Amino acid sequence: MQYSQKHLLGIKGLSKEDILAVLNAADTFKVYTQRDIKKVPTLRGRTIINMFFEPSTRTRTSFEIAGKRMSADVINIAGSSSSVVKGETLVDTVKNLEAMNCDILIIRHGEAGAAELAARHLSNPVINAGDGYHEHPTQALLDLMTIREHKQELEGQKVTIVGDIAHSRVARSNIYAMKTLGMDVSVVGPPTMIPADMEKMGVKVFHNLEKGIKDADVIMMLRIQMERQNKTFFPTLREYSNLFGLNLQKLKKAKKDVLILHPGPVNRGIEISTDVIDGPHSVILNQVTNGVAIRMALMYLLLGLSDETVN
Amino acid sequence: MNPVVLNSQQISRAISRIAHEIVEKNSGCDNLALVGIRTRGVPFAKRLQAKIKSIENVTLQLGILDITLYRDDIQTGRSHPEIRSTEIPFPVEETKIVLCDDVLFTGRTIRAAIDELMDFGRPAGVQLATLIDRGHRELPIRPDYVGKNIPTSKSQLIKVRLNEEDGEDQVILVDAPQ
Repeated sequence: MQYSQKHLLGIKGLSKEDILAVLNAADTFKVYTQRDIKKVPTLRGRTIINMFFEPSTRTRTSFEIAGKRMSADVINIAGSSSSVVKGETLVDTVKNLEAMNCDILIIRHGEAGAAELAARHLSNPVINAGDGYHEHPTQALLDLMTIREHKQELEGQKVTIVGDIAHSRVARSNIYAMKTLGMDVSVVGPPTMIPADMEKMGVKVFHNLEKGIKDADVIMMLRIQMERQNKTFFPTLREYSNLFGLNLQKLKKAKKDVLILHPGPVNRGIEISTDVIDGPHSVILNQVTNGVAIRMALMYLLLGLSDETVN
Repeated sequence: MNPVVLNSQQISRAISRIAHEIVEKNSGCDNLALVGIRTRGVPFAKRLQAKIKSIENVTLQLGILDITLYRDDIQTGRSHPEIRSTEIPFPVEETKIVLCDDVLFTGRTIRAAIDELMDFGRPAGVQLATLIDRGHRELPIRPDYVGKNIPTSKSQLIKVRLNEEDGEDQVILVDAPQ
């Protein structure tokens, strides 16, 4: 199985084979990350630029560790310390970075389509590390890897995603990926946070948490994104937490072997209670571990194809 | 028809001889382990392990190396080979290791294998067993145990087919397509 794309801009448009190629490679890379010597010489002499225009610890560090474990040189650029604050356009910034011969550009940006815009002006691979409300493809891939690790199969698994679906790039990328792989997806949230066309994508909609998680094999809790809540979609945080927050009491309604995922960072006690985060169903930290393997796999696969005209 | 350079019986005899040589050279099986290089070094190593068991009644430890991430010819624009796992289920530190591969050619695979092995620890020594040595070395690497030396031209291909991977035992010399 081969990854057939030049970039990773989103999950939409990837085939089942593309997704599985990344997951299979990541399973192997994970073994390397558990050795005493975690570094392999594969990308020696390659340069990877990690450009983050939005705050992040997990994703940025994960990409940095992934690159370093493959022996690439990784350079981090924070949006706030780049020439963008002097008025340089994104395209100009990206072209200048390419002029310094970077081999992969990783970009996180607050605007949807930023990674795609960069890709249009670059001859080298671009990885979208999250663009606005649009997509966060590496998160979806590491979520799938984590689910597959615990449930063996992906096809047919019932997944319930809970929270602000409309403003979640994690949910969007996951829904695309899960539908492509033949998984059964439901979403739970207040009507103001569920996009109107969900059923058309083959996704079931619930406005009641207990009903939504009853049959689920996997529950994915989304973070209430305080920084994006300039318009309020629910009356109070406490009400949201009462209705849609996951705690041990509500978890009793779910299957015994249900998996709990959360893309992080978690708001403890708001969308998910502390005893659930630290409880036996939670694989939140496995997700973080797998994130490194997924990103190593992607760097490996993307640089292998970078000289070919694919896609 | 491509000439058969080793048939099933000849492969089996070569492996028998190499097994004896390994035991002789190392004065027994103490502190000794076999490591097969994917893909066909693995069945080769397993057969050596079985043969040594029948000679000395000792089952040597067996490891598997996938050297894909240690290659020096990656990123040449071709799509990557699928990587598979490396499994070294014993401490490498202070162990004598016999690397096993089906064909020895440029020596670059062995260089990568030694590099990867060193990431697991400091072996007491590394020896090299190969079923076929076809010459054309590009690095200063030589085998300790050879099934058969076969002079080849650089454009020819040696195809080792082993039961475990290919359903038959045979080594053939293929002239490269014009």
